Amino acid sequence: MQEHDLSFVRAEMALAEPAPLSERGLVAWVRKNLIASAGDTILTIIGIALVVMILPQVINWAFINAQWTGPDRTVCATVAQGGIQPDGWSGACWAFVNAKFGQFMLGRYPLEERWRPILVAVLFVVLLVPLLIPKVPRKGLNAILLFLVLPVVAFILLVGNVFGLPHVETSLWGGLLVTLSLSFVGIAVSLPVGIMLALGRRSKMPIIKTLCVVFIETVRGIPLITVLFFASVMLPLFLPAGVTFDKFLRALIGVSLFAAAYMAEVVRGGLQAIPKGQYEGADSLGLGYWQKMGLIVLPQALKLVIPGIVNTFIGMFKDTSLVIIISMFDLLGIVKQNFSDANWATAQTARSGLVFAAFIFWLFCFGMSRYSMYTERRLDTGHKR
Amino acid sequence: MASQEILREEPSRGSFINDPKVRGIFFQAVVVVVLVALVWWIANNVIANLTRLHIASGFGFLRGRAGFDISESAIAYSSDSTYGRAILVGFLNTVIVAVVGIITATIIGFVIGIGRLSHNWLIRKICTVYVEVFRNIPPLLVIFFWYSGVLAVLPPPRESINLPFGSFLNQRGFYFPRAVWGDGSWLILVALLLGIAMAWFVARKAYQRQMATGQQFPVFWTSVALIVGLPLLAYALSGFPLSFDFPKQSTFNLTGGFQVRPEFLSLYLALSCYTAAFIAEIVRAGIRGVSKGQTEAAGALGLRPRSILRLVVIPQAMRIVIPPLTSQYLNLTKNSSLAIAIGYPDLTATAGTVLNQTGQAVEGVVIMMAVYLALSLITSAIMNVVNARMALVER
Repeated sequence: MQEHDLSFVRAEMALAEPAPLSERGLVAWVRKNLIASAGDTILTIIGIALVVMILPQVINWAFINAQWTGPDRTVCATVAQGGIQPDGWSGACWAFVNAKFGQFMLGRYPLEERWRPILVAVLFVVLLVPLLIPKVPRKGLNAILLFLVLPVVAFILLVGNVFGLPHVETSLWGGLLVTLSLSFVGIAVSLPVGIMLALGRRSKMPIIKTLCVVFIETVRGIPLITVLFFASVMLPLFLPAGVTFDKFLRALIGVSLFAAAYMAEVVRGGLQAIPKGQYEGADSLGLGYWQKMGLIVLPQALKLVIPGIVNTFIGMFKDTSLVIIISMFDLLGIVKQNFSDANWATAQTARSGLVFAAFIFWLFCFGMSRYSMYTERRLDTGHKR
Repeated sequence: MASQEILREEPSRGSFINDPKVRGIFFQAVVVVVLVALVWWIANNVIANLTRLHIASGFGFLRGRAGFDISESAIAYSSDSTYGRAILVGFLNTVIVAVVGIITATIIGFVIGIGRLSHNWLIRKICTVYVEVFRNIPPLLVIFFWYSGVLAVLPPPRESINLPFGSFLNQRGFYFPRAVWGDGSWLILVALLLGIAMAWFVARKAYQRQMATGQQFPVFWTSVALIVGLPLLAYALSGFPLSFDFPKQSTFNLTGGFQVRPEFLSLYLALSCYTAAFIAEIVRAGIRGVSKGQTEAAGALGLRPRSILRLVVIPQAMRIVIPPLTSQYLNLTKNSSLAIAIGYPDLTATAGTVLNQTGQAVEGVVIMMAVYLALSLITSAIMNVVNARMALVER
């Protein structure tokens, strides 16, 4: 008989077994995410049906059947409508967007002067991109250039009338130029004004506090259109006879004040979230009111509410489209105005133009929201409660 | 010695210029003076401008003859009606589109929001695409898209698209059968109100009984039976007084039925789709805000998944959801003023027309602001009551 030594001590860990087949690979993924239960399977079928119903149509319309270039409406109209397409054809008329692209971007800005807005756009991008990338140094100088120097340069370049540049009236501006300049000024004005309003609302001085509360709550309670109406109809009445000022400027004031009220509420949320100890600590160091706010409270408060601030920016960017109501032509306004161009009037024109405008708006808003998420993660220093 | 004397002295207060109280009073006084001066200057300018333009101030113009037509009105209106009535018509149109839009947006928003938390990958992705598309596009663009991109290119009335239940869709809007209430149909309404009252009573009694004895009562099905059954019974008893006026196709147009104009339809669809994307995000945040421990504890108590959702998760999620939901409702109401861009006669559009015709800019803008402010305050008051009922009862 052989004697066995039954005691056994394993010296090294057993190798991990691969997960069972039912838990990995495509099949397991499908089983887990698409057909986990009977109800799930029904939902998946409904989802697939939706996608199959919509997606091919959209792709067909936007790419396969689309007309990319062409001189006039004939390329986008069916034979019955006086065009060259077979009856029943349905596709995007990108030729329309292509032909009107310059107008959609700059409005009726004189052709020979168009280098000016383009130069401003280039300067804007050159100053904005380094500001957005955290690693690039000299943020302070960069911000001063973008928010203080660029507006002056842009004003001189766009309006003209100095240095031999011919004057271009703001009524000729249009398209993305108006959308972007309205939102840029709105953002640059509404943030400081909003901060001041928020500080005023939390101030201990009763009169200041009342004024701020009344302003904020009134503006937040009425639609932007009413504010724009106010700016375009009532402001001229408020000024002495004969004094008029530019429609573009009036829209700017309306949009900025509107955004400032919303911004104030966002900032107030941040101020309230700062624990009392921070205020008291600043007081005990002997800091004055503005030092306390500027050095201790606001840096922390603003960091907390970055998502809210960016949401307000996005809202304002979208709201600039309302200036169409007071007959100014921003991107959406100029697209809509071109629907009535007899050269391009087809059944597909409106849809194509609007989808194009929607895409531009979407790019900017989506970009802003993604960048704010990125900043939020980057600034998250781990002190979250 | 010297130090003791200093200790006995009154603490130095410094110059009164540095006293925060004095500074505060001075600063506020300056603000008041500047503000009063500004208001006085503006008032002077307004009076000068108005006399120059020969416009009488005051609200007397509201009694004047309007002289313009309104395409859609809930109350009797003709061009001979007064300006005041025209503004009232606009106000009612705003309320109608806001209420219908809020209901639809809430339904779509809750479905999409819950869909974004689904275990199903496909549903989750579809809902995410919906939210990301609609959140990042201006509402005005969505309105235009429905109006000139979709509804305007529908076939003309002769080639109307047939839809179920005898309704039609064409360039001129959506037509569906109109209910014609015959004699005795008031009984149905009475039965409906009675059913709702009884359902409420039953729910109360059942709750009291469950609190006292622990016995449950099928409240939901009883309520359905009462609210649907009683009117049906009344309908049968009063001899089927309800009939439908179906839209019929004639040579150039559809006659009969109830027409929903494309202006209303596109505004309503756009506001619902747009606001639903925001509501979806709120709902998602609300449900995710209920900690997992709550679900697990409820499971440990032996509740079924459906009961966990109904009794534990949703009541807590609603607490997080209601305040931002209120501001979305307010946003929808305010966004309904975009109607002016496509010619739906809402408050802003009619008041704007009145303002242009009479030149009463100050009064027109004041009316608009006052009405929207009032609407906002009423909506938030209602939602505050709901919120107070939902709020956590703490010690």
